Amino acid sequence: MFKHFIRLQWKSFFRSSSFGKGIALKILMIFFGLYMLAALVITGSGIYFVLQELFPDQSPMWTLNQYLVYWILMEMFFRYFLQKLPVMDIKPFLIVPIHKSKITHYILGRSGVSIYNLFAIFFFLPFAIVLLFKGYAALNVLLWLLSIFAIVLCINYVNFLINKSDKALFVIIGLILTFYALDYFQIVPIKEFFGPTFHGLYAYPLAFLAPIGLAFIVYWLNYRFLRNRLFLDDSLKTKKQEAKSSDLAWTRRFGDIAPFLQLDLKLIWRNKRTKAQVFISLLFVFYGLIFYTQDIYANMMPMFAFLGIFMTGIFLANFGQFIPAWDSAYYSMMMSQNIPLRKYLDSKAGLISVSVVVMFLLTIPYVYFGWEALAINFGSALYNLGVNIPVILYFGSFNKKRIELDKSPFGNMQGTSGTQFLIMLPVLGAPILIFTIFHFIFSVEVAVAVLSIMGIVGFMFKNKLLDAITEQYRKKKYGMIAGFKEKNS
Amino acid sequence: MITADNLTKAYGSQLVLNINHLEIPKGQSFGLVGNNGAGKTTFFSLLLDLIQPSSGKIVNNEVEVSASEDWKPFTSSFIDESFLIGYLTPEEYFYFIGDLRGRNRADVDALLAQFEDFFHGEILGQKKYLRDLSKGNQKKAGIVASFIGNPEVVILDEPFANLDPTTQIRLKAIIKELAASEGVTVLVSSHDLIHVTEVCERIVVLNKGEVVKDIQTSAETLKELETFFGG
Repeated sequence: MFKHFIRLQWKSFFRSSSFGKGIALKILMIFFGLYMLAALVITGSGIYFVLQELFPDQSPMWTLNQYLVYWILMEMFFRYFLQKLPVMDIKPFLIVPIHKSKITHYILGRSGVSIYNLFAIFFFLPFAIVLLFKGYAALNVLLWLLSIFAIVLCINYVNFLINKSDKALFVIIGLILTFYALDYFQIVPIKEFFGPTFHGLYAYPLAFLAPIGLAFIVYWLNYRFLRNRLFLDDSLKTKKQEAKSSDLAWTRRFGDIAPFLQLDLKLIWRNKRTKAQVFISLLFVFYGLIFYTQDIYANMMPMFAFLGIFMTGIFLANFGQFIPAWDSAYYSMMMSQNIPLRKYLDSKAGLISVSVVVMFLLTIPYVYFGWEALAINFGSALYNLGVNIPVILYFGSFNKKRIELDKSPFGNMQGTSGTQFLIMLPVLGAPILIFTIFHFIFSVEVAVAVLSIMGIVGFMFKNKLLDAITEQYRKKKYGMIAGFKEKNS
Repeated sequence: MITADNLTKAYGSQLVLNINHLEIPKGQSFGLVGNNGAGKTTFFSLLLDLIQPSSGKIVNNEVEVSASEDWKPFTSSFIDESFLIGYLTPEEYFYFIGDLRGRNRADVDALLAQFEDFFHGEILGQKKYLRDLSKGNQKKAGIVASFIGNPEVVILDEPFANLDPTTQIRLKAIIKELAASEGVTVLVSSHDLIHVTEVCERIVVLNKGEVVKDIQTSAETLKELETFFGG
């Protein structure tokens, strides 16, 4: 029976619409996947030496074990968003003669080999191998590794149990923050408290039975929970959010574009993928920390320009590149309705402008790393406002790929085509190039001034530019309508 | 009101629509019937300028639809669920359409009040997004949205499909009333011969993209259509 299931799984993977995508995209995704795996393997094998460097007076194994509690919590946090039990796939099996217990085991078992669990293997396995080479006791290391995999499975199944309530998420976030705070302010040494527990899995080989036992218990709980709920109106029901009507009355003050602005805000807030985009964009504020803190980059001004354009323009890039594909599901309605296309674009431009300003305000603290950081971010923000917004809206008119809004945001390449890669060149490349040239010939001040002036000039001609873009959208209308209608593209 | 001249639409070498001349006078309730692939939706899409004609043109109230957008204010339509915005509640959707058609909330509310019967308590105040409504209820919302803003031309593609019997009967009454009292031109397509003959003053049969019958509805029309489709 399981053979059947596995064969179906195989087919569903290779016949899935995302698999039949353009060859270029496929290659890119494979590269991305390989890159991720390589990154994990390299980190996994390198972490031993890094930890040795950072904490020379204790064994890297000991240090790593101290941090495992955070790893578990973080993983729970991410999985909460990313991983759902694929219950919908089994609907067709309910009416064929297969025991429900088998179906339950199948979906639970299948989630056991999910990609999220593989991540851990690719990280911990190289680490364990390094341990062996460094002369750690082989049996202990192997059983510790086994325990880690059991913990991964525990996380996997606990996630499905708690995934039903938002409260669990807040508990996880709360735990992470409290633990970190307790640690940081040295009130309770959380790391030292949990460290020995995990290290015990290594030190006392028989202890591996505990996590494995735990994994079985959680699996069994999941099984019991799901087995009794394999009904269309129970766990197989797609969750329907209760709709909260909101009239967003404050948008009225924006006049003509208000209806579209309301629509865009609802679009972003009520759909997973767009919502994730907002959070991701906000997270990218911290991107600068990676570079500003390192001495190698301290005098690399072009790198600063990249950061400036990138951080203040992350939402512009993320959200803007798919305009108007966000509205693809109902684009033919938009085109047959009494819609002034210009207002529609104005609203999108307004929204992105706000994001640029907000991102700039959030990056102000980087002034700590020198006034150049602030100045460059300011110039970049102006450039993004004046030049990049029209540019990205213009390229949007080449979008012809449909986006299904309610699909999961993670690894979702829907709507991606060659256009997206083309867009990034002028949006990201051009300003950095301009900056670098002027910085090279003159100085940082001149380079910032040039970016700012270009932004201001672009802003002055905003109306003219948007008019031209509107015309472009009008011309491309039929192609867009036809393209957006094609599902599975 | 609506005139199509030498209108053709071809995909590659395949001609999917070929209408020599078709005129729909103002205030007429016009029914379009035909089997799958007869060109009904193609005709409506051309009329809404969602696709480009291969040749010829459609003129809607003296506006050539592919040349100007001035037909939009007085034309409204519901073709399929892709005309709905899934992440809005029905109310929000109605208000949004109202905004586009220059109607404020009070106007929209007044209009919606007339359709309370039609909604059957399943649309308004349900705390559900349109994407979570059943197909039939989505259709109801879409159809009523196309009545917002006193349009002079209303285009409904397969409005009876997916509706429950009570709603079908109510919808027929609504369409009749619309066409009769307010001088609105209503264009309806359907697979259901009984419904169209009941609602429409005039029925045009499309077959493989060509107009094969153009009938003023009478007592014999249903029989005639049944013979035609029955072969």
